[in-house]
Amino acid sequence: MKQSNWVKNILITLGFIFVILMLVFPLVTVIISSLAQGWGFYLKAITTPYVLSALGLTLVAALVAVVVSGFFGLCAAYCIGKFDFKGKQFLMTLIDVPFSISPVIAGLAFIMVFGRIGWGYGILDTINQWLGTNWRVVFALPGVFLATIFVTLPFVFREVIAIMHTRGREEEEAAVLMGASGLTVFWKVTFPQIKWAFLYGVLLCAARALGEFGAVAALSKARGSTFTLPLEIDALYMSGSATGVTAAFAASSLLVLMSVLLLLLRAYVEHRVGHAGD
Amino acid sequence: MNEQNQTNEIKRIPPVRIEGPKRQTSGKKAKTPRLLPGFGLTLGVTLTILSIIVILPIGTILGFALQIPPATFWQAISKPVVWHAFATSLTTAFVAAAINLVFGTLLAWILVRYTFPGRRIIDSLIELPFALPTAVAGITLSKLYSETGLLGSALVKLGVSIVYTKIGIIIALVFVGIPFVVRSVEPVLAKLDGSYEEAGAVLGANNFTIFRRIILPEILPAGLAGFALAFARGLGEYGSVIYISGNSAKAQTQVVSYVIMQKLNYVDYEGATAMALVLLVLAFLILLSVNLMQLRQARRLGGR
Repeated sequence: MKQSNWVKNILITLGFIFVILMLVFPLVTVIISSLAQGWGFYLKAITTPYVLSALGLTLVAALVAVVVSGFFGLCAAYCIGKFDFKGKQFLMTLIDVPFSISPVIAGLAFIMVFGRIGWGYGILDTINQWLGTNWRVVFALPGVFLATIFVTLPFVFREVIAIMHTRGREEEEAAVLMGASGLTVFWKVTFPQIKWAFLYGVLLCAARALGEFGAVAALSKARGSTFTLPLEIDALYMSGSATGVTAAFAASSLLVLMSVLLLLLRAYVEHRVGHAGD
Repeated sequence: MNEQNQTNEIKRIPPVRIEGPKRQTSGKKAKTPRLLPGFGLTLGVTLTILSIIVILPIGTILGFALQIPPATFWQAISKPVVWHAFATSLTTAFVAAAINLVFGTLLAWILVRYTFPGRRIIDSLIELPFALPTAVAGITLSKLYSETGLLGSALVKLGVSIVYTKIGIIIALVFVGIPFVVRSVEPVLAKLDGSYEEAGAVLGANNFTIFRRIILPEILPAGLAGFALAFARGLGEYGSVIYISGNSAKAQTQVVSYVIMQKLNYVDYEGATAMALVLLVLAFLILLSVNLMQLRQARRLGGR
């Protein structure tokens, strides 16, 4: 469409104003606020025992989520992408459920299952009596992991299934006819096709896992042991003091750093996978 | 890409229609044995993990909520606090999604159609709300618009206050929702065939007419899909909202997720699940209505 220059310029200017106000200013605010009381304070704030423990747990939870969601994504994409069966559409809809559900509801759901009133509590109790252990899910580490897995479950599946659908299954069938075993077919034929999409999904999954707040907040109450970094940031911010707020932003800068790193990696992988919108 | 897939997900209703004729041939298909190995194993793993993580927990909420006696359920839902929370969440999420529909389409347009300095930077900045943890976004926006923040200090001089108001909630929801619209409209715009626009121009249509009659019908389904995703996300949003909103019952700045979380903390499971059920139904209705709109749109375009 032929367009006069002034329309183009107005639209671009509007776009810039929106992006600067809505996206650039917040990014600048994190950086300024985290250094509001100098580098010395910043370094001290990000090395307190609470922050370090939260950072460690956040990384472990993200790793658990990536492993489970990655494995799930591969299996689900393989069976949905390569086979025809009844209820396929329905299964795909179910897998997408975590995307459209408020994270707080995810937290609530695990409390309703494993909390004191849940049906899982009795089962857990029996297992504990039997084994002489004292495992708990709600307000303990398994709850944190479950919540993180819940919110990240569809990410890898989504990326991998898109590739599986376009590639079909002829190549695998040819390999099987030539006598390759199932595992060989997967590693030599299927995986090379989907590896960049898989990696892209893993990065999305990791980014989401590092930042999950609402679902974990419902299931984790012990600062210093079951708090992830977003929860620790919340605790610091809610303390209300000026130093607390600055410390919250200092801890936030760690998450922002990791997010930006993941964004850069994603840009690279996106380029490899041909995802780029242009 | 993820949002792109979400649009695909919404477009997934038409294939259900196609399934009719497919099923007739499935008798033939069932006779040919599955050539590839691993179907049982991968389906088993998929169903097991999906059951533990999603189906059983969400099913438990639904089961529990449906067991609550109707009178108790109504009592839990009709409390002013709950009522106001739903009103606040619905209006703010709707307004934010509408703002995102306009600016998201505009951003997609300039990213696809124009080349200008800084285009790549804007393109990657769009992803920021997806990458930034919601709690970080929440405290950052709250700081930015507070009296000591970069924007808040300027606004205070104009007599406008944003933190602890519904405008603050809308700003937070615009922030988290903007990538949904941009990323769903962008690919459709990029694939748009320019020859119709040229034909329109040759036939004497002005720019506005070309946009309204040729481009808008093509990108509207994608735009609405983005709108719906942003709306649904905004309805359940927690981390990015609770700091800037102030969560005052009096000023009606409590959102639904906040009230559910509060009820959880006070061990009011009936109240929490009742609200969760309503929220789930609302999210379902939003996605369903957009599915239907898209279906209608597809039929209209297909019937040309």
